[in-house]
Amino acid sequence: MIRLTINGAARQFDGDPDMPLLWYLRDLLELTGTKYGCGMGLCGACTVHIDGQAARSCVTTMKDAAGKKITTIEGLSTTGEHPVQKAWKAVNVPQCGYCQPGQIMQAVALLKDKPKPTDHDIDQAMQGNICRCGTYQRIRQAIKMAAGVKA
Amino acid sequence: MSNVQVVSRRGFLGNVFSAGALVLGVRVLPVEMLAATDAASSAWHPSVYLGLNPDGTVIIVAHRSEMGTGIRTALPMVVADELEADWKKVKIEQAIGDAKFGNQNTDGSNSIRSFYEAMRQAGASARTMLESAAASKWNVPASECKAQNHEVVHATTNRKIAYAELVTSAGQQPVPKKEDLKFKSPADYRYVGKNVPITDLADICVGHGTFGIDARMPGMVYASIERSPVFGGKVKSCDDAEARKVRGVAQTVNIDPFKPPYGFQPLGGVAVIADNSWAALQGRKKLKIDWDLGAHATHESDAYKKELQETARKAAKVERNVGDVDAAFASATKTHEAEYYAPYLSHAPMEPPAAVAEFKDGKVVAWAATQNPQAVQDTVAKAVGIDKKEVVCNVTLLGGGFGRKSKPDYVAEAAVLSKQLGKPVKVVWSREDDIHFDFYHSVAAMYVKAATDDRGRPTAWLQRSVFPPIGSQGDVNARYGGPGAMSMGWIDVPYDIPNFRAENGPAEAHVRIGWLRSVANIYHAYAVQSFTDELAAAANRDRVEYLLDILGSPRIIDLRPANARNNPNPYPLDTARIRRVIELVAERSNWANKKSGNGRGLGIAVHRSFLSYIATVVELEVDQQGKIRIPRVDVAVDAGKVVHPDRVTAQFEGAAVFGTSVALLGEITAANGRIQQSNFHNYPVARINEAPYETHVHIVQSDALPAGVGEPGVPPMSPAICNAVFAATGRRIRELPLKKQKLA
Repeated sequence: MIRLTINGAARQFDGDPDMPLLWYLRDLLELTGTKYGCGMGLCGACTVHIDGQAARSCVTTMKDAAGKKITTIEGLSTTGEHPVQKAWKAVNVPQCGYCQPGQIMQAVALLKDKPKPTDHDIDQAMQGNICRCGTYQRIRQAIKMAAGVKA
Repeated sequence: MSNVQVVSRRGFLGNVFSAGALVLGVRVLPVEMLAATDAASSAWHPSVYLGLNPDGTVIIVAHRSEMGTGIRTALPMVVADELEADWKKVKIEQAIGDAKFGNQNTDGSNSIRSFYEAMRQAGASARTMLESAAASKWNVPASECKAQNHEVVHATTNRKIAYAELVTSAGQQPVPKKEDLKFKSPADYRYVGKNVPITDLADICVGHGTFGIDARMPGMVYASIERSPVFGGKVKSCDDAEARKVRGVAQTVNIDPFKPPYGFQPLGGVAVIADNSWAALQGRKKLKIDWDLGAHATHESDAYKKELQETARKAAKVERNVGDVDAAFASATKTHEAEYYAPYLSHAPMEPPAAVAEFKDGKVVAWAATQNPQAVQDTVAKAVGIDKKEVVCNVTLLGGGFGRKSKPDYVAEAAVLSKQLGKPVKVVWSREDDIHFDFYHSVAAMYVKAATDDRGRPTAWLQRSVFPPIGSQGDVNARYGGPGAMSMGWIDVPYDIPNFRAENGPAEAHVRIGWLRSVANIYHAYAVQSFTDELAAAANRDRVEYLLDILGSPRIIDLRPANARNNPNPYPLDTARIRRVIELVAERSNWANKKSGNGRGLGIAVHRSFLSYIATVVELEVDQQGKIRIPRVDVAVDAGKVVHPDRVTAQFEGAAVFGTSVALLGEITAANGRIQQSNFHNYPVARINEAPYETHVHIVQSDALPAGVGEPGVPPMSPAICNAVFAATGRRIRELPLKKQKLA
């Protein structure tokens, strides 16, 4: 039996311990804000926080998630009032919106680590998150807005 | 005859509108029909609906699919504006697939240009009826009543009445005739031309946007499908014993192979059915399938490339001819020629194809990320043997589309499986499925030759393109691009050249071919705009000045067949508009004051597609290692009237990134008939550190008819980037993608 905490709630899982956290979140818990994009940790659509660190849930197995505190986009702020979410809305970042939960989770982790990120910091932290619509320019702008640094 | 009718509330979307709602259906004649020889016999399609609930809530039905363009916001804005509705009291409902909504295939950068007028009429008609209702209530002339932000005002007596109180009586007013409708003055627009946050913005930012991959039905099972590694292959035998041992796997189900032509049919294969996605994916790995790979198992990209290039060197089918190119070449003192090549591309939307469907009692209900819900109805109906009326297609948000999701094979897979299993089935393509089994953007080989005068201007121009056609979807013998592909940047070269010939050579398709964001414009613009740059370079002339020179004096080019010229063409090819975007982008990019060379360069390209005029300047750096960086892109856009400037800007920002992926990175190849790429490690797309650092979009203020914006930003990107590479390094790039070229 694997025990873990998802968005503050204690959970138990007795399925395949090699199942990636992504599919547990999406199929079993119906927390579908975390997206599938590649299954190989290449695109960042599945980004969640594990003990406060950004992680790719598509390549994190349930046995590796055991005992950990997981935060998904749904647990970041139910009202969308996190400063990063507010910045995302203020600059109208999303186009199709599919990758944005992953982008937001990655950006939140970046700002925790580097509250005043440079362009280089943003490139380093965000290059694992693909946006096929091409909203990168606004992602950069929103991160800077949330951080209160000059665009 | 009025083209607005009050329709029965029960006729559609019964659950959306409450009893007593005023519902309008606008009927619109599609633009294409205007050119039909007998317009009167063409069917009139209802297309757009809006309703007012008794509580005054305005329901606007979005009948086009939202894949990131903002259309679920922009078209309702047009309705709400003419209706004088308070946006806070507007609810947007997504339409199911149904022919009565008119064309729902959200492709071809079509939504605003085809439905702008219909939306205006819908809003203005309802507003007029609300004003009439207030007038009869107050017993005053309707001309004295004015709708204003969700209420009707009688200024002389300072009376006001809310829409909510007029809903019932408004429904009893005569429907105004189209010719009697009075539209708002643009100065009074509340929403059109302004930036309203997109409908789904808040949901998306908290993870509540529902995409096809997120849709669920009670009791559903998960399917992952193993398909033939070669297009057209069939299962000879399948041993599923090990697959069925995987925890969570219930069974496997065969899906029949398609019957040529492939169309939108499921490819066929073996589906692993499980109680979660992971189990289904794991089960698939344990299948032992012996395939009959079929005729395309010999498809090799290297050999095919040579074949296409050979074809492009030979005389081919003439698609447009002006003057006498051959005679001009024969007497020319100076000629220039070049060959260009661009590979297959995969769409790779971030959300792979995904759908849920339930077959029950001879009907199918589906939830799908689809650009084309009516094609879902057709395709599913044929696949399971029912009438299309028995297929209900609910449309979710799309995690990107780019043309892939106009083709609903994946929805049909879910329906076929549900029919066999007797329960709802969710089909999710893995990224590997998506890259391996796409409807690929065509590989293309192009040949261009010109004779030039003493100032380097073309006096004769011959161009030939060769690519496997999209027509192969419906015709196994299709070899030529046809009018669709030829009108995408090939016959419509706007230069003033006395001798011009555009040709198209034949090619057989060995994979599924489909339209991808801007389609044939991608390779055609690449060839034409690169070649233009080559001619300008040969003449040692400034590119902006050269482009303006060879465009000639401002004029209208009518490219339609002579026998179709009786009808007014609402969208003539206007070279004055091309000049304007070139001049604008040159000015805003500071073209004249930036110098190229020493690893830094500026490139320009101009292209009209989907009726919009786009000029793009790319500023680019190539470092000592040959690595490209794009600090800045400027895009000048003349798309006619613009409804939502911020979303239009976003489309061009996004197209600059998409175009960067095409130019720098995108390449799909086949070996032994198998697609060699599988995921983002070997089919890379532009990331934040590779995309243009900033894209500046400059929109031409215009009252011209609205034109496309979703796609037209893509075509100029490849040539503008390659022209900038030439300016920076002196290297001419005649083959994409750039990642294969050593620039150091």
